[in-house]
Amino acid sequence: MAPKPPAAAEASATPPAKPAAPAAAAPPKPAAPPAAKEAPPKPVPLDNELVQRFKARFGEGIREATLDRKQAIVTVAADQLREISGYCRDDEKFDMLVDLTAVDWPKREKRFDVILILYSFAKNERLRLKAHAGEIEPVPSVCEIWPAANWLERECYDMFGIVFEGHPDLKRILMPDEWQGHPLRKDYDILKQDTDWVRENLGIESGQ
Amino acid sequence: MSDSRNPGTSNVSTTVLGADEIILNMGPQHPSTHGVLRVKLKLDGERVVDSECIIGYLHRGVEKIAEHRSYQQFAPYVDRMDYVAAVSNGLGYCEAVEKLLGTEAPPRARVVRTILTELQRIASHLLWLGTHALDIGALTPVFYCFREREEILKIFEKYCGARLTTHAFRIGGLQYETYDGLEQDVKRFCDDFATKIDEYETLLTENRIWVGRTKGVGILTAADAIALGVTGPVLRASGVKWDLRKAMPYAAYDQYEFDIPTRETGDTYDRYVVRMEEMRQSRRICLQAIENIPSGPIMARIGKVLKPPPGEVYHSIEAPKGELGYYIVSDGTTQPYRVRVRPPSFVNLQAFDKMARGALVADVVAIIGTIDIVLGEVDR
Repeated sequence: MAPKPPAAAEASATPPAKPAAPAAAAPPKPAAPPAAKEAPPKPVPLDNELVQRFKARFGEGIREATLDRKQAIVTVAADQLREISGYCRDDEKFDMLVDLTAVDWPKREKRFDVILILYSFAKNERLRLKAHAGEIEPVPSVCEIWPAANWLERECYDMFGIVFEGHPDLKRILMPDEWQGHPLRKDYDILKQDTDWVRENLGIESGQ
Repeated sequence: MSDSRNPGTSNVSTTVLGADEIILNMGPQHPSTHGVLRVKLKLDGERVVDSECIIGYLHRGVEKIAEHRSYQQFAPYVDRMDYVAAVSNGLGYCEAVEKLLGTEAPPRARVVRTILTELQRIASHLLWLGTHALDIGALTPVFYCFREREEILKIFEKYCGARLTTHAFRIGGLQYETYDGLEQDVKRFCDDFATKIDEYETLLTENRIWVGRTKGVGILTAADAIALGVTGPVLRASGVKWDLRKAMPYAAYDQYEFDIPTRETGDTYDRYVVRMEEMRQSRRICLQAIENIPSGPIMARIGKVLKPPPGEVYHSIEAPKGELGYYIVSDGTTQPYRVRVRPPSFVNLQAFDKMARGALVADVVAIIGTIDIVLGEVDR
């Protein structure tokens, strides 16, 4: 038997298969810290110095700034995405593009959110840029600002069909080149597939 | 310069070939591509002048599946991305959902998570070392590495019953209490492992063939690495002292002392040295953590049905291969509206073209090995 702290030994006395529930429900454990009832997290407007600098520089180009789970999100006009990204890299020192992705909201007028997650080594800080884009509306590519965007934008195009204007070689990356449809769109059913492609290339009737 | 700013843009098949140039196709069935990676190389004699990675052979649509599962149901799927470091994947996902819920795992769970994740880092690096050395022609290290990796997998098996796709953690904490003797097992492993790393080093570090095949091969400068979004040991070998465990601590990392190894040149040899040192540091963290595992509950009170309030969160951890991030959007229902995985292998692989240009064909094998990719994670 390992020299364990008393509380742990107590817990191991309960049946080992499902200790989680009894341990949480056991009354003589007042020390359980997560019991503190906090208000559920929700997005709140953000107005710090960074946002003020953004607004002073780009005015209407900055649509909204929010703080969600302590993370800063700045919604920007899609047609100014490249200038704002360049400013983020050069002036605000967000030198790394961590991720670029999209979210589909089909009921909205402009259905896509294009998301850029930036990181600044100097400030040890993350920033999320968000731009709304319509279905056939191209979004400026940020490849020239962060070369990391190359494959990420290709994936975004592959999965959502968002066209990045100025991308050096925009083509599918994960799906086969001839595939029809963009799988991560909400109206692309999870069981859907490009049946013609499957028949032609795999020699089977269905991949399901 | 414009070339270096836009790597990976080449389209090898459609470019016009010079008089002495040929196109060589490597993969997808090639033993040294560690899975189904296909690389098209444009060669001038033995030199690579251009390259293009073709990926997607293992695409399973993990992000689409996530939108059709509850938060808990999706947790086992993340193990199948980087399947040689499943524990790290699970940690990232569970912590991201916890953040989305606005809760946190209890201290005991966080420390146990840290121990298992660091063991996983050692296991992942051991697999990398063995196969990388094998690719370059050293047969012995792979047997040594698998011997020690086995000990780690045994600890996982004793803890949760699985060795590879462990599903070791749950959203909110842990499902299983630690077994009696976990501390002793980890301690025994760590005590033995110190001499084992030295043993690997006697085989490779000053080995003339190893040095000849890795020094100056696949150089990546710090500026290029940052521009390309490269993270993890590859970034640190280029001289950037950055590790998420220090920069934005998660789990219980803020309680332990450890160093971030870095090197300057950013070649294949440097990445080897950095990963070797990282294993020593992981061992240090494990030894500190088992000294004092706090008592108390292992599961936060989160309820059986998870309905995170609407909103979004990005959370990332330092996985063995680099920054592993989860971007999750909730619409207030039991299923995530969108789960985006930021895979380190995918982003790091983008630097391949930069590293391979000007190298010899034989070096390509070393460069693929040194990036340490897992195709399950690249393709998801």
